[in-house]
Amino acid sequence: MTRVRTWLRVHGPGILLPVATTVLAFLIGGLVVLLTGHDPLAAYRAIWNGTGITYLFPWTPAADKTFAALNLQQTLIITTPLVLTALAVAFPYRCGMFNIGGQGQYTVGIVGAIWVGTRWPHMSKPEHLFLALAAAAAAGAIWGGIAGVLKAVSGAHEVISTIMLNWIAIYGAQWLFELGGPMQGSQPDVPQSSEVAGSARLPAIWGTLQPLHAGFYLAIAALFVYYVLINRTTFGFGVRAVGLNADAARASGIPVARNYVAALAVGGAFAGLAGACDVLGWEFHIVTNDIAASQIGFIGIAVALLGRNTAIGIALSALLFGGLQVGTSTRSLDPSVFPPELASNLAIIIQGLIILFIGAQLLLVYIWRARRRRHTDEPPPAVTTPPVGAGTL
Amino acid sequence: MTVAARMRTGATPRHVAILGILLGAVGLALALPPLQIQAAAVPVVFGVLGLACGLWAVSRGERRLGIWALVVAVAATAFAVWVQTKSTASTEQVLSAGLIASTLVYATPLAYAALGGIFSERSGVVNIGLEGMMLMGAFFGIWGADWSGSWAVGLLVAMAAGALTALVHAVFAIHLRADQIVTGTAINFLALGITGYLFIDIYGSNGAPSSISLVPNVNIPGVEHWSYLGAAIGQLNLMTWLVFALLVLTEVVLFRTAAGLRIRAVGEHPLAADTVGIPVFRTRYGAVVLSGILAALGGAYLSIGFVGSFANNMTAGRGFIALAAVIFGKWRPYGAFAACLLFGFASGVADRLQSVAGVSVNLLSTIPYVLTLIALVGLVGRSRAPAADGQPYIKG
Repeated sequence: MTRVRTWLRVHGPGILLPVATTVLAFLIGGLVVLLTGHDPLAAYRAIWNGTGITYLFPWTPAADKTFAALNLQQTLIITTPLVLTALAVAFPYRCGMFNIGGQGQYTVGIVGAIWVGTRWPHMSKPEHLFLALAAAAAAGAIWGGIAGVLKAVSGAHEVISTIMLNWIAIYGAQWLFELGGPMQGSQPDVPQSSEVAGSARLPAIWGTLQPLHAGFYLAIAALFVYYVLINRTTFGFGVRAVGLNADAARASGIPVARNYVAALAVGGAFAGLAGACDVLGWEFHIVTNDIAASQIGFIGIAVALLGRNTAIGIALSALLFGGLQVGTSTRSLDPSVFPPELASNLAIIIQGLIILFIGAQLLLVYIWRARRRRHTDEPPPAVTTPPVGAGTL
Repeated sequence: MTVAARMRTGATPRHVAILGILLGAVGLALALPPLQIQAAAVPVVFGVLGLACGLWAVSRGERRLGIWALVVAVAATAFAVWVQTKSTASTEQVLSAGLIASTLVYATPLAYAALGGIFSERSGVVNIGLEGMMLMGAFFGIWGADWSGSWAVGLLVAMAAGALTALVHAVFAIHLRADQIVTGTAINFLALGITGYLFIDIYGSNGAPSSISLVPNVNIPGVEHWSYLGAAIGQLNLMTWLVFALLVLTEVVLFRTAAGLRIRAVGEHPLAADTVGIPVFRTRYGAVVLSGILAALGGAYLSIGFVGSFANNMTAGRGFIALAAVIFGKWRPYGAFAACLLFGFASGVADRLQSVAGVSVNLLSTIPYVLTLIALVGLVGRSRAPAADGQPYIKG
């Protein structure tokens, strides 16, 4: 009993805060729906059903399961890159940096994967796939690394530089695939890339129509890599030391500038892999319109913050946001219940609220403290987050 | 540059570096209208001279300006030679008086947001949410103008929306001591979601109505028909003139009034300010809300001043460019405004090049962002933020 209590006291806030935050965000989101004259309960129920989670429940009738399976496959397809773009935020965060550049790093990852994937169609399967993944990771790492170098060399704040790099990546990629662009596909009047060769595609692992692909395993592996890298290696120790106190780290002989560059490069590599998963796993080509419309990198910010930058937290919150994304899409949401165009914006509002509340842990600590005070006179639990955004802004 | 090096060489390398920058610029200027010298040798010679000056300055310890001279020499020469390959008529078309007008058009929304950013940051609150506040202003400006039939009401509604959004940022940043960068990011998400949601809920898939009361242009009598000046400043939007007034006002308020001194005091040393009786929280709230109002005006300029419509995420990172302008301008109004003009100029040139030179719109669209990056790298080391910028104040 005491052991359970101790565990709760240590891990309680870490679990309770994100859950409370999520509930609060969904409540306020529901309020927005209500105020604009729609039925929030019906909307949330429709979104919930659209996620395909019902497939996992034993009481779901078999007739509904086939459709639910399709939705769940879709949810996991979206969860996969979200895990990776969240890791792109989480890793630099542990180094005291806020990487908002996941979207740009994801985009250059797509370019890298497409560049390799549409060439050398006669290459054998594992090599071609591996090369395409490596190209995407390298492209993302370079894009993230640029922001790291700028910070290390001149102190340019990573928040602004990564945002600028996002737009450069987005417009740059649009230029590559536009009509007459250097990487435009074989159809002269369609602004899109060529199709990725079969040898560079991620194999399907579940389903047939738009099956879940092996990128899902890659995302799970990435979570393990993240956990080990951060918690069990010298490199991770240095990254965390810089994140907690850059001056102290420098004084102890840890190369701060090199860690900035490396942390953002590793983060960028994760985001680049996310792009590769999408384009080698189920899209197989990229259309210029989709480049600016994609939100995968930005949602990764909310996923990482909600998951408190832990591997298990990111896995769970990626599933939540993946489900939210699929549940609000035109594909699964019945427009007569709630228009999907509204729902996708509702999803962005909910993400914003979650980031807002997770950032203000003090708010929830106040609530927690008030609750605890009623029972005991113990001091409130300490909630710590590494400070982000060291440097001039 | 070490102190010893500076003492040994005096100020000379500095001057040589500046000369190098000028040489590069002159080489470019000769290839542009009105002279339009077509010989490639001219800019190349100037470029090489500039390069030499830069190298000399760098070798004598003037690193920063020297590197700038090198960059300017290479970039200006390359650009000049490229311009010479184009016909003189098309060059004239790009660099006409209209370029001044479009520079101001693009700089105006940035300038509003940058002035807002200065207030917020000077009071010690980092405002990444400028982008979101602009977006709120853009949407609520057009909604207000549509609903009331008057652009003036539209601006008021936009200001109210910006103030409210900023208030959320202020509560979380000041009272709840949240990480200001995270909160600002949340504001950006919220603004994107709220404006996107309401836009579709109110206007459906048809988009914004076309007959909206827009902020008028100011036609200066007499001037508007003068050939050069008329094309440049004869028909600017009312909000562009307003931002000039606000610019001067900001400078005066910040550096010549008691209120400005208080804002700067709580941004530099809140504890000291508190000790002498300045209400730290209230001052910061005021500054942040003011920044929201100004940013929203910048956004409203986009929707009901310049474009006359609204599109999802129409601010497209301008709030962040404005933030970069604040840093570039060393947290001073005139400096930030100059940076906004530079970014506006880049956008204006990009805009014109696409119609004349047939360069890809997408490729040219990257220019302002690349320029922002270069500006950040080139100057951020030299520009110092207010000492307590980004740090929540905990009342003792």
